[in-house]
Amino acid sequence: MAATEGEQFLKQVSSRNTRGLLRVIILVLIAGAAVSSRLFSVIRFESIIHEFDPWFNFRATKYLVQNGFYNFWDWFDDRTWHPLGRVTGGTLYPGLMVTSGVIYHILRFLTLPVDIRNICVLLAPGFSGLTALATYLLTSEMVTSPSAGLLAAAFMGITPGYISRSVAGSYDNEAIAIFLLVFTFFLWIKAVKNGSMFWGALTALFYGYMVSAWGGYVFITNLLPLHAFVLICMGRYSPRLYVSYTSWYALGTLASMQIPFVGFLPIRSSEHMSALGVFGLLQLVAFVEHVRAQLPSKQFQTLLRALVLIIFVVALGGLVLLTVSGIIAPWTGRFYSLWDTGYAKIHIPIIASVSEHQPTAWPAFFFDLSMMIWLFPAGVYMCFRRLTDEQVFIVIYSVLASYFAGVMVRLMLTLTPIVCVASAMAFSQILDTYLDARSPKADAKENGTSDPAKVAAAVVLPDGLRSTRQPLVGIYSYASKLTVIGASAVYLMLFVLHCTWVTSNAYSSPSVVLASRLPDGSQHIIDDYREAYYWLRQNTPDNAKIMSWWDYGYQIGGMADRPTLVDNNTWNNTHIATVGKAMSSREEVSYPIMRQHEVDYVLVVFGGLLGYSGDDINKFLWMVRIAEGIWPDEVKERNFFTPRGEYRVDDEATPTMKNSLMYKMSYYNYNSLFPAGQAQDRVRGSRLPAQGPELSTIEEAFTSENWIIRIYKVKEPDNFGRDLQSATAFDQGRKKKRATKRKGARVLRVE
Amino acid sequence: MPPKSRPAAAPASSTPSKPATSSKTGGSMDAQDIVLGVWNNYQKITPQRVKLLDSFMGFLVVVAALQFFYCLLVGNFPFNAFLSGFSATVGQFVLTASLRIQTNPDNKKEFESTSPERAFADYVFGSLLLHFFCVNFIN
Repeated sequence: MAATEGEQFLKQVSSRNTRGLLRVIILVLIAGAAVSSRLFSVIRFESIIHEFDPWFNFRATKYLVQNGFYNFWDWFDDRTWHPLGRVTGGTLYPGLMVTSGVIYHILRFLTLPVDIRNICVLLAPGFSGLTALATYLLTSEMVTSPSAGLLAAAFMGITPGYISRSVAGSYDNEAIAIFLLVFTFFLWIKAVKNGSMFWGALTALFYGYMVSAWGGYVFITNLLPLHAFVLICMGRYSPRLYVSYTSWYALGTLASMQIPFVGFLPIRSSEHMSALGVFGLLQLVAFVEHVRAQLPSKQFQTLLRALVLIIFVVALGGLVLLTVSGIIAPWTGRFYSLWDTGYAKIHIPIIASVSEHQPTAWPAFFFDLSMMIWLFPAGVYMCFRRLTDEQVFIVIYSVLASYFAGVMVRLMLTLTPIVCVASAMAFSQILDTYLDARSPKADAKENGTSDPAKVAAAVVLPDGLRSTRQPLVGIYSYASKLTVIGASAVYLMLFVLHCTWVTSNAYSSPSVVLASRLPDGSQHIIDDYREAYYWLRQNTPDNAKIMSWWDYGYQIGGMADRPTLVDNNTWNNTHIATVGKAMSSREEVSYPIMRQHEVDYVLVVFGGLLGYSGDDINKFLWMVRIAEGIWPDEVKERNFFTPRGEYRVDDEATPTMKNSLMYKMSYYNYNSLFPAGQAQDRVRGSRLPAQGPELSTIEEAFTSENWIIRIYKVKEPDNFGRDLQSATAFDQGRKKKRATKRKGARVLRVE
Repeated sequence: MPPKSRPAAAPASSTPSKPATSSKTGGSMDAQDIVLGVWNNYQKITPQRVKLLDSFMGFLVVVAALQFFYCLLVGNFPFNAFLSGFSATVGQFVLTASLRIQTNPDNKKEFESTSPERAFADYVFGSLLLHFFCVNFIN
């Protein structure tokens, strides 16, 4: 009795409802794990917006919340890109800000007044939970095994490749975009499977949302047509494909054009042409299929080919013609750099200078994906074995995304979802095979009797042949099963350990606030950035223009609330080059530039005292290169290298280097920290010249605690009409007896 | 049997392509005969409702072509308006074609989960979205 009751209980446990409930609980737990593993940064530091771009998004969100949607839409920002300004409302992807604005208003409606900053900080972790759910749905569409979906969700929840862009505080477009990416793919697969307009329309809706959130939507725009195209080429055209693709394209293109920043791009730029082309192709194929039903098939087989070929050639020719004649915008530089990794470095230094646009180093793959990097090919291989329509999608996606992830570091993000899905499929296959504890003997008998071929073989062949005696192939001993399961469990645990370690050590730093360890092991917070930005906020007039390299534009705008010349929205290369020229030229050249642009303060980042390597001297060559791109005669990269081709800041630095404004601002007065002749740059590891640089057109206004940020005030023109060099020399001569060595004679004349 | 995917949608639009096809195959059949045969076949087997859909699609093609020629001749000044008008017709055409495919009994095998009522509900949903976007985009 007890045994039967137990069996009943077991059956109940495995009944559908209970399984569903368990699945929901597991998914909720996974989402919880995903959210909480992203909170390291909040716990270690504080609830703060990270890095660079998020500061702009945060500022825009505040503007949206304060001024309402329509003002946000029409926002002309005169506090950036001085004196040009920026039509911010029309040049950003508003999805992120609108999302957090909506959440903010919903919470307020529920009488939960939460600070907008906290919403922004916690948005990315929140959406990562949803991403895990979307990955579960996507994977469940691919395979029948329910465990694969749960595994994929768990992988997606904690994999560092995705965490890198979604820790709490990293309030960037990718925070919601990856969820939308995965969810759009899920809807697309659903649409293709069911051939349903409803799912197609939903795909279009979420595609529109994705377009509003991230420039990476182009990936979807090209992946879905490619999927459709490959299916057609494989001879798998079906009415389902027609329904799903056309309803997606017709609605999705319209939806994407609603975003002012995208505007007419979907019909103008080459990146979107493949979608249009496949749309046209599908119409043709559908039409030809229809006609074929009416006429003798043989002729139409050839006709079909001829027609497709002709149309393809005509369309391609038309596309090339339109591109050449300039009606369709040619490929953008960022796109070229996807195919030719050297392209950006030669043609567009501004793109190459961004570290996340560099090609990926190979350890990064393991670092970000851990064991999934070797499970991933296995999963893709398994897709080849059955190759249904949706598994073709996985294959295409993984090939494309692997390539792109190799080209650009930031595109690792688009690879991560498919890696999670594919490796979960492989892993669940292992688990399903080895966790199955069914008794092999019953199986063997069943197999033997049910398979007619085997029976026939048994009749014909003598019993003694091994191949007929043992038709059952498989691993049935508990020992081997336990070994494999144990090994898998160990791998899973190592994976969790690796992910947690990477998250807490590599990806949880806000980079606005730096942390270091004191000799006794305690944590020391270096807060120079905020110190300096707060100084600007408190001590400068409200419309004082700050010149800095573009990396810090968003932070100055967000934290110091002061107008900037250039910022991280690098839309105007010439303007950036102007700043680069001002930084890399002699003071006499830079001063007129700064006066023309009404610069009041100049901000440089200097890590020499602390050994902070991300400072401006290390970025200096990019400023030079970008400036050289516009003024090849006035700024020359070669002059910043010593004759032996070294980039040096010590005694052997070239005169051009020593006289450049950036060098002077970085090392001005730095000698005073050290005993005479002992000044040491801890980043470059070199001893500085005994005689520090001297400034005449700008004066030091502020230097932060650890000298990371140095702010200089641009002097007004001299009252007596002298040039500032001579005025400074004059002042120095009169006030101090310490005669400057160069201008010694003039000092004597004054006295 | 090959699915009867897209209708001889607008008879108007299908007619011109037919002579070209037959001449390309180099068959001895008279082009006129083929077209006539297709047309008769169509008249015979197509239900009244589907004909209604087909005429609607033909109408959409005509409207789209009119807009396109207007754009070519007069210029595309309110480009937003032209685009939303044009894509409204294209989108509606595609949706109607999808509805026609889904309700076609020949395609029953492909669309097991989609009843004609469901197909129509999807159609309404899609059209609503389409026209919402168009109206929003028209300026």
